[in-house]
Amino acid sequence: MLEKFINAGRLKSPWIMHFDCGSCNGCDIEVLACLTPLYDIERFGIINVGNPKHADVLLVTGTVNHRNKHVLKNLYDQMPDPKAVIAIGACGLSGGVFREAYNVVGGVDKVIPVDVYVPGCPSRPEAIIDGVVEALERVKVKLGLAG
Amino acid sequence: MIGKLVFALVATALAPVLGGLISGVDRRITAWLQSRYGPPVLQPFYDVLKLLGKRPMATNIWQVLCAYVYLSAAAVSVFLFFLQTDLLLIFFTLTVGAVFLVMGALASPSPYSQIGGQRELLQMLAYEPLLILVFVAIAMTTGSFKISAVFAMDKPLLYSLPLIFVVLGYALTIKLRKSPFDISTCHHAHQELVRGVLTEYSGPYLAALEIAHWFEVVLMLSICALFWATSVWGMLILVALTYFVEILVDNVMARMTWKWMLRSVLGVGLVLSVLNMLWLYAN
Repeated sequence: MLEKFINAGRLKSPWIMHFDCGSCNGCDIEVLACLTPLYDIERFGIINVGNPKHADVLLVTGTVNHRNKHVLKNLYDQMPDPKAVIAIGACGLSGGVFREAYNVVGGVDKVIPVDVYVPGCPSRPEAIIDGVVEALERVKVKLGLAG
Repeated sequence: MIGKLVFALVATALAPVLGGLISGVDRRITAWLQSRYGPPVLQPFYDVLKLLGKRPMATNIWQVLCAYVYLSAAAVSVFLFFLQTDLLLIFFTLTVGAVFLVMGALASPSPYSQIGGQRELLQMLAYEPLLILVFVAIAMTTGSFKISAVFAMDKPLLYSLPLIFVVLGYALTIKLRKSPFDISTCHHAHQELVRGVLTEYSGPYLAALEIAHWFEVVLMLSICALFWATSVWGMLILVALTYFVEILVDNVMARMTWKWMLRSVLGVGLVLSVLNMLWLYAN
């Protein structure tokens, strides 16, 4: 019974943390646009937190390079389970136009497991919100709730 | 006596439910003031349930101890209030809880948590003298620190203590963690201190602190209700109006610095309390 309530809470209160892994700020502005009154993601219980210890969903924008891959891994490890990761934008997915650069590792999934990929350069806020909803579906499957 | 104990126990059990609902309505009204739709009214409960289901992670054992002492102190102070005991006893219980919250924050070396803890201490320095003055003024009017003495009055306290109610409003704003006094932590997405005192807490321990906050909200609003203790409707209207003004102030004010907080809260608070007490004394 308590487990049922907790699972309801898990699906209705995904707190997101946004990490800019060397993005050009295009995707970052679109992520922040989701918080504005126009999109108002708080109506789904989504809050933007600045702290991996409080976060359930990690949004990563930008290419991963050899310097910041440790930071990304560290942030991911500090998030308590259950958690999900969403890679945003062409750079977060594969390294984008920078993938051939000598200092670039590539997409976010080279360092941490990614649940949902949101394409776009930059991704639209609607696509990012869709990505979070999709991540919740993945969480549902992980919890064994998907019918 | 048994009847009073049972009443206090039931009230303490219902207090977090009421606190959560108040917090949900608060978020809805705040969203409305910001031209947003806002989360469902039950959102605070979803948040806490989710946090309870997360894997426990703590930087050290003291943090865990402090979270639970804070929660129990908040619950005990609500219990003592509904038992209609001594206002001073309730004040000391509340203070013990607040001190443990600060100790929990200072127990980890994270700079956000450290600054949050020190700011929380400054907040305590601001609201605790005011709260004591409020209780002393109530005792000057009723002749006793007992809450039952307030309910024995035939005229609302607000008639004789209007300025003291304003002083209580200052303490309430700090305790509810609302702007302009939300300097140690707050519920909104202010990121410069991350979450201040709450930064290093996660999962079930953060849930414990949130439930403790609900207890404190109920306690502070109950103290407000004492100012119109002669009728139930009077209490409800007074508390609802006070809380709406709190939300309004939260939305129109920016976060201020701790120096400004100490100056304005202690300055205005002490002057208003002394004026009201002189007026009581002259009568």
